[in-house]
Amino acid sequence: MAEMLYARDVYGKTLVELGRRSQDLVVLDADLSGSTRTGIFLNEFPERFFNFGVAEQNMMATAAGLASCGKIVFVSTFAMFASGRAWDQVRNTICYSDFNVKIVATHAGITVGPDGASHQAVEDIALMRSIPNMKIVVPCDGPETREAVLTAFETDGPFYIRLGRSKVPTLEGRPPFKLGKGYVLREGSDVTLLACGLMVQEALKAQEALAKEKISARVINMPTIKPLDGDLLLEAAHETKGFVVCEEHSVIGGLNSSCAEFLSEKYPTKIIGIGVRNRFGQSGDEKSLLKEYKLTSDDIVVSAKTLV
Amino acid sequence: MLDNKKIAELEEKAQEIRIMIIKMLARAGSGHPGGSLSSADFLTCLYFSVMRHNPRDPDWPDRDRFHLSKGHCCPVLYSVLAEAGYFPKSELLNLRKFGAMLQGHPDRHTPGVDVCSGSLGQGLSVALGMSLAAKIDKKDYRVYCLMGDGEIQEGNIWEAAMAAAHYKCDNLCAILDYNGFQIDGRVADVMAIEPLADKWRAFGWYVIELDGHNMAAIYKALNTAKKIKEKPTILIAKTIKGKGVSFMENVVDFHGRAPSEDETKLALKELKGE
Repeated sequence: MAEMLYARDVYGKTLVELGRRSQDLVVLDADLSGSTRTGIFLNEFPERFFNFGVAEQNMMATAAGLASCGKIVFVSTFAMFASGRAWDQVRNTICYSDFNVKIVATHAGITVGPDGASHQAVEDIALMRSIPNMKIVVPCDGPETREAVLTAFETDGPFYIRLGRSKVPTLEGRPPFKLGKGYVLREGSDVTLLACGLMVQEALKAQEALAKEKISARVINMPTIKPLDGDLLLEAAHETKGFVVCEEHSVIGGLNSSCAEFLSEKYPTKIIGIGVRNRFGQSGDEKSLLKEYKLTSDDIVVSAKTLV
Repeated sequence: MLDNKKIAELEEKAQEIRIMIIKMLARAGSGHPGGSLSSADFLTCLYFSVMRHNPRDPDWPDRDRFHLSKGHCCPVLYSVLAEAGYFPKSELLNLRKFGAMLQGHPDRHTPGVDVCSGSLGQGLSVALGMSLAAKIDKKDYRVYCLMGDGEIQEGNIWEAAMAAAHYKCDNLCAILDYNGFQIDGRVADVMAIEPLADKWRAFGWYVIELDGHNMAAIYKALNTAKKIKEKPTILIAKTIKGKGVSFMENVVDFHGRAPSEDETKLALKELKGE
């Protein structure tokens, strides 16, 4: 059985690791430090942690001010508020200035569960992706979260790192994270299953089910949504008959759209999006929600079969 | 205290700044004269008698920070920066042109501009971030932030106001250019903001009300603010929109319209005292 970790636990611990390494690291939160786990950093470095209360717009613009003075600022709240409530601040004050502000948004997607639609961000990648200078990473497990956070720390400019609420199994044999790179987890020649975040696990399950039906599926983990790994996409487009792109996000504006935009220009290929289809979420347990919104390995299998 | 000679010098410089504002806006053919003219006096006072800065080293870590939250009034900031020597004055005449350094709202390509602005309501937060950075680094620089009176209708301003008092940012001094007008008319008619001093006091700020065109009063207020401990200070500066050009004063149309050729001639004549 694979190890199960909260990506946000890993995030909090990685912040402490970085806080020891650099005096310039500053962490901000908006009354969710327990949930986002920035509270772990607060316990170690209270003088470099600021809570802004329920005021995300102020938090984001303040992050820009800190960054203008040489600070590397990690900012956390739920994905809904990081991307939606404070979008103008992120665009005009952080990204336009190309500042070292790393937004690590937790509780993304419908697996937030019982809180329901108001808290289930399935539009956040779309919102963040359209802003110049912004880099976007959706890690698939705990260790990849750590590597993404370290990379964001070491790489100049703004980042949006998207984490879920629930525990995720640690992927075995995953190659180390590199910004702008995707990874083939399973070789295959009929179809490509491209995924990010918790959908990587579903894609792997779908690959096994397809293998039993003699369909050879290539599985690609695509943690960096922006900049996109175009070379890997082109290779898969040439070598397989089409893509099933799997993400816990709207099919509008996220990984699915990124792939479609890129391939329609370079090598038009059939792409089917597995994602939330123009709907709001709702309360419920994780499993029921993934089933209702057709985000399971079964749904991936059905779509993959239409491509071969 | 400033002696009368220094005050006269600053007043003269502010008038030169106003002339530059009119010239650059006339050349650009668009932009915001009203709020640029109303804030010319305290920007002059800041950059030429109060702030610690070095135009030859715009990134000097110990410099005092100035952030223009009401970014549309960049003609006054650009003029002051050029006058101080951050870049050649010839750049002013390229304002808002394709390929020019001086954008319609400030961005970081301009030496002396630390953070871009233009979307209203965010600047006080930016200044708060600079203030917190000074506290972390135990540096003694001060942070100044200029806001418009219409701008403070933005909710983000009050989030920042709350936080700056919460974190006892006594190195932060906000200046409110209270000229009483915004694009759609009188501030009091569009969306009333009074009682202003009470609001800021209630948010935990030290409030100084003053005549924003009285150089000695501006200098005194900025220096009083330096002595206030444990809380941020706001200067509520009563000003006249379009100050210095008779036909622009308190005329809402000149919030966001450049002067015509004839208006420019007339304005320059007035400002030069001819």
